[in-house]
Amino acid sequence: MIQGVPLQHILLLTTLLFFIGVYGFITRKNLFTMLMSVELMLNAVAINFVVFNAYLFPENLQGHFFTIFIVSIAAAEAAVAIAIIVNVYRNIRTVNAERINEMKH
Amino acid sequence: MNITDFLLMRHELLLTAMVLIMLLIQIFTSNDYNASYFAMALFFIITVFGFVPSEKGEIFGNMYITDSLRVLMKNILNIGVLIVLFQSGEWISKPHNEGKRYEFYLILISTLIGMNFMISAGDFLMFYLGLEIASIPLAALAAYDKYRTKSSEAGIKMILSAAFSSAVMLFGISLLYGTCGTLYFSEISPQINGNILQILAFVFFISGLAFKISLVPFHFWTPDVYEGAPTTVTSYYSVISKGAAVFIFIILLFTVFKNLISQWQPIIYLLAVLTMSVGNLFALRQQNLKRFLAFSSIAQAGFILLGIIGTEQTGMASVVYFVLIYIFSNLAAFGVVSVVSEKTSKETIEDYNGFYRTNPKLSLVLMLGLFSLAGIPPVAGFFGKFFLFSSVASAGYYWLLFIAAINATVSLYYYLLPVKAMFINKNDTPIEHIQSNPTAKTALIICVVGLLLTGFAGVLFDYITSLSFGI
Repeated sequence: MIQGVPLQHILLLTTLLFFIGVYGFITRKNLFTMLMSVELMLNAVAINFVVFNAYLFPENLQGHFFTIFIVSIAAAEAAVAIAIIVNVYRNIRTVNAERINEMKH
Repeated sequence: MNITDFLLMRHELLLTAMVLIMLLIQIFTSNDYNASYFAMALFFIITVFGFVPSEKGEIFGNMYITDSLRVLMKNILNIGVLIVLFQSGEWISKPHNEGKRYEFYLILISTLIGMNFMISAGDFLMFYLGLEIASIPLAALAAYDKYRTKSSEAGIKMILSAAFSSAVMLFGISLLYGTCGTLYFSEISPQINGNILQILAFVFFISGLAFKISLVPFHFWTPDVYEGAPTTVTSYYSVISKGAAVFIFIILLFTVFKNLISQWQPIIYLLAVLTMSVGNLFALRQQNLKRFLAFSSIAQAGFILLGIIGTEQTGMASVVYFVLIYIFSNLAAFGVVSVVSEKTSKETIEDYNGFYRTNPKLSLVLMLGLFSLAGIPPVAGFFGKFFLFSSVASAGYYWLLFIAAINATVSLYYYLLPVKAMFINKNDTPIEHIQSNPTAKTALIICVVGLLLTGFAGVLFDYITSLSFGI
């Protein structure tokens, strides 16, 4: 826990970070930027876990453990997603989400 | 770890062993023509082992819970996966899959391991891990046809929406952790008192999970992924992945979020109405059969929610029972669509005009599957829907029942469109006679037997109801 920084400030930061991620995911057209937005959301969640653990429940470490798993799974997710994006680029020659529209309602 | 613990988590351990064995076989064999037979044989053994009776228990310090209902859920999923594996033989033996046949089964079985862990989760960490093991490889499966544009498009849509939804869900979990200070289900549930932060957390959590079950308004990825992915993978998505998500959804609602029941019932009510109506309305105008089945599976998810709103035990039992029947009926329909699309690459409803003249058996199976999805009496689907509706009625939600009945009637119209195309419409150049391979035939026979028998096996429903009291 950081001296002089109350819990509320950090929670405000993580909530902002999370919704910036949501906004980016919805508005951006580049697949890589969309992936980065998701990473932003995951990082917000990770900070949330650490902060709750350190400020409110310092007697056990569940929040810290969860954060480690979030980080590692985010890496796995990015690996698969980037592999698929590369494959998309090979087939369609673009990473623009608006032009990946062969299937529509 | 002793032998009793092994018996408690035998589903996961056996599946892990299967993955390792398949990896070893892959290393020591020069070609992969026999991959599907190895997978079917190994998985058949695992399915049989799954039925060994076991007790209830908790291992790994409460992180892993198992009891008879959870074992039953896993067995239901196993039966579904076995049918999917039987159906996959046709597609996987095609030359463009050469050299990557083992990978298909490895990825498929890993996702099943994830789903089993998810169902048995005793805390949110295990639940999250299971969910991710189940959803990240699934995206790789959707993009499995490397050189087909639609397949990679499906893959990217799947992975991005899965990542987004799990991030939303995690945000909910983190807020829940902030209010309760623990991640264990058993310790969280008494601490839930319905304060604002917990309700916010619950809403985030539910929206993340609703992505996985593809409830409206979180369904946008579903039709595209279902259409683009290889047909075998689509059938896996629509029954196994959805079934597992529904199972954990109902377990969490009735254990962890039990105290919030007056808050979540209106949410589920709204989601059920939206899901049924939107799924049905979009299914009406589909021409591609895979896309049509995708929207029909969204509508079916809406019907599943009816059981969750209903009274606790009977509602839960009717959901599990419905998922079992849904597996048989959807896999019967997908089995036929998959055989036809692999042999002739025809997928639209118009292509099926005059299908009965050339392929009477396949068209009968497809008809039975669609009848069961629509809920027409002699087939099992009717009984599934009947129990769902009666559990809603006993809870006293008559308006919901009314809307559901209207939706069931609308769905009858579009389920009969392919049947009409097959049996009544004339066509000068119908799809020629198809000789499906023996394993696909076996899969279809299992589905038809399941469809005709589960409806009349009243014992089954009583058995599931008796287990539902354990949760």
